[in-house]
Amino acid sequence: MTLSVLKRLWPIIKKEFRHIRRDKRVLAVLTLVPAALLLLNGYALNFDVTHIRTAVVDHDKSATSRDFIQSFVSSGYFDHVKNLRTSYEATRLLDNGEVRLVIVVPSGFSEKLLARETVDVQLLVDGMDASAATTIVGYAQAMVLQYSQRIILQAMSKIGRGSYIPVNYEMRMWYNPELKSARFLVPGLIAFILAITCVIATSLSIVKEKERNTIEQINVSPIHALDFIVGKLIPYALISLVAAALVLLAAYFLFDVVIKGSVLLLFFATLLFITAALSIGLFVSTVSDSQQVAFQIAAIVSIAPTIILSGFIFPIRSMPWWLQVLSNITPAKFYLVILRSIVLKGAGLSAFWEQGVYLLLYTTLFLGISTLRSRKTVG
Amino acid sequence: MKSIEVEQLTKKFGKFTAVDRISFEVKEGEIFGFLGANGAGKSTTIRMLCGLLQSTEGTARVGGFDINTQPEKVKESIGYMSQRFSLYEDLTVDENINFFGKVYGLGDGELSERKRWVLEMANLRGREESITGTLSGGWKQRLALGCAVLHRPRIVFLDEPTSGVDPLMRRKFWELINDLSSQGTTVLVTTHYLEEAEYCNDLILINAGRIIAAGSPQELKERHITSPILEVQCSHVIEALALLEHQPWALETTVFGVAIHVSVTDERLAKREIPKVLGAHRIDVKSVIRIAPSLEDVFIFLLDQEARRAA
Repeated sequence: MTLSVLKRLWPIIKKEFRHIRRDKRVLAVLTLVPAALLLLNGYALNFDVTHIRTAVVDHDKSATSRDFIQSFVSSGYFDHVKNLRTSYEATRLLDNGEVRLVIVVPSGFSEKLLARETVDVQLLVDGMDASAATTIVGYAQAMVLQYSQRIILQAMSKIGRGSYIPVNYEMRMWYNPELKSARFLVPGLIAFILAITCVIATSLSIVKEKERNTIEQINVSPIHALDFIVGKLIPYALISLVAAALVLLAAYFLFDVVIKGSVLLLFFATLLFITAALSIGLFVSTVSDSQQVAFQIAAIVSIAPTIILSGFIFPIRSMPWWLQVLSNITPAKFYLVILRSIVLKGAGLSAFWEQGVYLLLYTTLFLGISTLRSRKTVG
Repeated sequence: MKSIEVEQLTKKFGKFTAVDRISFEVKEGEIFGFLGANGAGKSTTIRMLCGLLQSTEGTARVGGFDINTQPEKVKESIGYMSQRFSLYEDLTVDENINFFGKVYGLGDGELSERKRWVLEMANLRGREESITGTLSGGWKQRLALGCAVLHRPRIVFLDEPTSGVDPLMRRKFWELINDLSSQGTTVLVTTHYLEEAEYCNDLILINAGRIIAAGSPQELKERHITSPILEVQCSHVIEALALLEHQPWALETTVFGVAIHVSVTDERLAKREIPKVLGAHRIDVKSVIRIAPSLEDVFIFLLDQEARRAA
């Protein structure tokens, strides 16, 4: 049974691979785009805030004030790039974006500390990029608190109370201990790349048959419409799987992303997502008559929702309710949950079976519509 | 034995009737011509007979199978060559033959035998590895024919197979069609080259979705052209035409290239009168000879008649 199906599909699969090999455009979409996207996104799309360029206005110029500044620098998050004499100069530096943080240490900093008085330090933060600014403020706050704590502890040990902290905490970041954004982004990137290759390449390949009239010779042959479509899709599914594997491999070497969970589960989940994406590509091909139209529709339905609505970059939970509802139109949303669960958490099937069921429904729906629409005999 | 039987076949697209209750029969092994202007309904009919299009009303049996209820059976027993080249231009000659051979379920042995035959027939031996898109029009058409009959179908549909090919290649192509027919294959061919219709055993002429004439070329000529036709070679063709039109013995006048065809009541009378009438207006008459009517004469006569009936 399987053998006879394969025997029927084999000529179509072989022919499709030949088309892909000879069509430079499709070849580029399938190979260069994923590579470029991985590098672009891996390096450029970086939400990690480190090496914050910092200027210092030190009015105190004491050993203590230098010690305070040094505590910022030694944390690794701040780069001390400039010393200023007045706060006015700070305005200019912040204006043209040379620095993102200015620390103003008032005169009398060390004296006040020795006298056990509270001293006010001024932090000027570039708030243009709100999310980066929030992170900078958080880091700076932690630095200041740590420094204060040290002074308190020193003072207490002097009066013989030893070190005493009322409530201490120990924090462990699960799944992504160093909070690297690459770990968070790479799964999304895989979904993104697959969405593009599957939807665009397949829709182009089917529309090409219409555009060049070759579909007519197929339609008069005894070959079944479903056989033909499945045979055409298999090469793209295989190439997409290979692309996904390469992206994971590259992610491991370039960004230290390790798959924590089951590779087998990942494979099946990816296969499921690929079929969903292929079925969308197929649907696009049934509504367009030229490669140009197909490309445009495919790009719109694959790229935009995958970037904006899937949770790839923007968390779905912080969207307004109507966008949250709308986000269900993209299968990437569900695949991403599965991917992140497997890759980052190492979770098992119980954590994402609902998403799997949804992907399955999605595929069935689109494959059904497309097969009906591309029936060989038209009324 | 009938290869194709068409009964009251009708196709409507919305309000427009593309094919209007046509009926005809095609005998096994004959070359059956399907003539008519562009948009007359030829392609629509062929597409219905190949199972590509559902008919609105009426039925047809192709190779004994009903086109509406057994389209898959029909597809197995026919070969089809589309008006637009529809092989894969980015595959090589060899790859195209292999692909279509496999699609029609040929075994390896039979495929290589048929491939030899196609390459021989299309004169493509030695060019197996050429990318199909680089072949010239005539070669492409022969390859398309070869791929359409790889599986030895009993019936072959050829939709405008010779459009856009030079006359020499067209003649060679018709030799191939003749070969197929002599081997027992039924060939249904559409064309708008009227001289090609002469090669057909039987033909129908359709206009605005309806059959306006049917029969063998000989029958059609005898049935519709009863009066003798004279071919007049002269200078000032347009002027001459206007003069001849008004002669009492002239039934029908048409321009054929640089000559005038006049169908007349009396051959002798006309042969005497023509030089006189034209000479009086200083038109040089080179020759007046009686010719056998061509199908073109028949069709012009029939289409004229149709137009007059419609008006």
